[in-house]
Amino acid sequence: MWQAARLVATFDPDLVEITALSLRVSLGATVIASLIGLPLGAWLAVNRFPARRFVIAILNALMGLPPVVVGLMVYVLFSRSGPFGVLGLLFTPTAMVIAQVIIITPIIASVAHQAIRELWADYHDLLISLQATRLQRIKTLLWDGRRALMTASLAGFGRAIGEVGAIMIVGGNIDHATRVLTTAIALETGKGEFDMALALGFVLIGLAILVNLGLHFISRTERGARW
Amino acid sequence: MTLTGVSVRRRGRTILGPLDATLNGGGLSILMGPNGAGKTTLLRALHGLERVSTGDIHWTDPKDAEGRNQGFVFQTPVLMRRSVLDCIAYPLQLDGVKRAEAREQARARANEVGLNVNLDQAVMFLSGGEKQKMALARALMRRPRILFLDEPCANLDGRSVKEIEEILLRIKDGGTRILMSTHDLGQARRLADSVLFLHAGKSVEQAIGDDFFRAPQTAEAQAYLKGEILL
Repeated sequence: MWQAARLVATFDPDLVEITALSLRVSLGATVIASLIGLPLGAWLAVNRFPARRFVIAILNALMGLPPVVVGLMVYVLFSRSGPFGVLGLLFTPTAMVIAQVIIITPIIASVAHQAIRELWADYHDLLISLQATRLQRIKTLLWDGRRALMTASLAGFGRAIGEVGAIMIVGGNIDHATRVLTTAIALETGKGEFDMALALGFVLIGLAILVNLGLHFISRTERGARW
Repeated sequence: MTLTGVSVRRRGRTILGPLDATLNGGGLSILMGPNGAGKTTLLRALHGLERVSTGDIHWTDPKDAEGRNQGFVFQTPVLMRRSVLDCIAYPLQLDGVKRAEAREQARARANEVGLNVNLDQAVMFLSGGEKQKMALARALMRRPRILFLDEPCANLDGRSVKEIEEILLRIKDGGTRILMSTHDLGQARRLADSVLFLHAGKSVEQAIGDDFFRAPQTAEAQAYLKGEILL
């Protein structure tokens, strides 16, 4: 336990490197997945089309997508003999980001859809009355629903930062290249290095809390006078 | 405007009409009738919020038919998750007006309707009367030629009702045509230049305000004005 605290307190270089990569991959994946998932959720909430219920059901089902299967699919696609093998992305942080985007986009889109649907119910008559275009409606809903949407993104980030199955397969847990907190914890636990594993675990939990607090601070959601 | 055989059906059930009516000239017209008479549906159909199933709405001046030239105030004000000023400025922002300019005009509209509160606070913190004034100011942002109001004073106290009525009379004097539904007989007497009385989705009586209250022609209107329950 003391060993773990010492590693954290002294900013152990390996620990810092692993932590930085974890953040880079998970934040990168969260940003990309949010750019896809948030408008998709809003679009599904505002538009009526024949297969809408089916698409929403599929999206909800994809929230439970097994990461190992996603990892396997990305692996097959980006392996040397796969259709995207020529890009040489397997065992790189980019492949890890791609896998995480696939895993968390349905989560972000589903949570966003739920939030925007409720807002749309409140705003529907006003936006139709003011003849807002479809794009204006979506922009308004995304802006006014930004607090709920931030929660959607944070749910995605939480899933990404704690994910291990997919990035283990597509990243390979290569030291100084694709090792992140979760894969390092798995490795250290396997080796019986519980101090290091615990230290990494504490950092992982601390990181998740810090990112959440940071985002809430930036958006200043608790200021009384504004949303 | 002239309505000819206008009806609105929802899920196979006719909830309004077929209805024939003519609303002439300017001023303030009141839609009256018991619950379920079709007042809200008619207002919504005229504003394009409800699809007309049969019949025709003919506007004497085609400009009046344009949604942009109409304003609508809902019974329960739609509260956007924004500050009061941004809520009022919203219609102009949809029109591409810069935020600062839209907010400046919104401040003027808020002043016009007597909304003397901190305009930078979230709209949810306003009282019921203030929320309705906010909704009025927002509906006036595009300077509509016609203003529809769906029971704007329901659930408001006497002082707020009086303030809203004074604002409506000022808006009317400014040349905006007002069509408003209300359950409040006293309010209808105070405001109505003309009355359209609905019952069970049909237009039962149409008259000049004073004539309607002095000598209603139909049994339904007479019963309603006596305070009897219409089924």
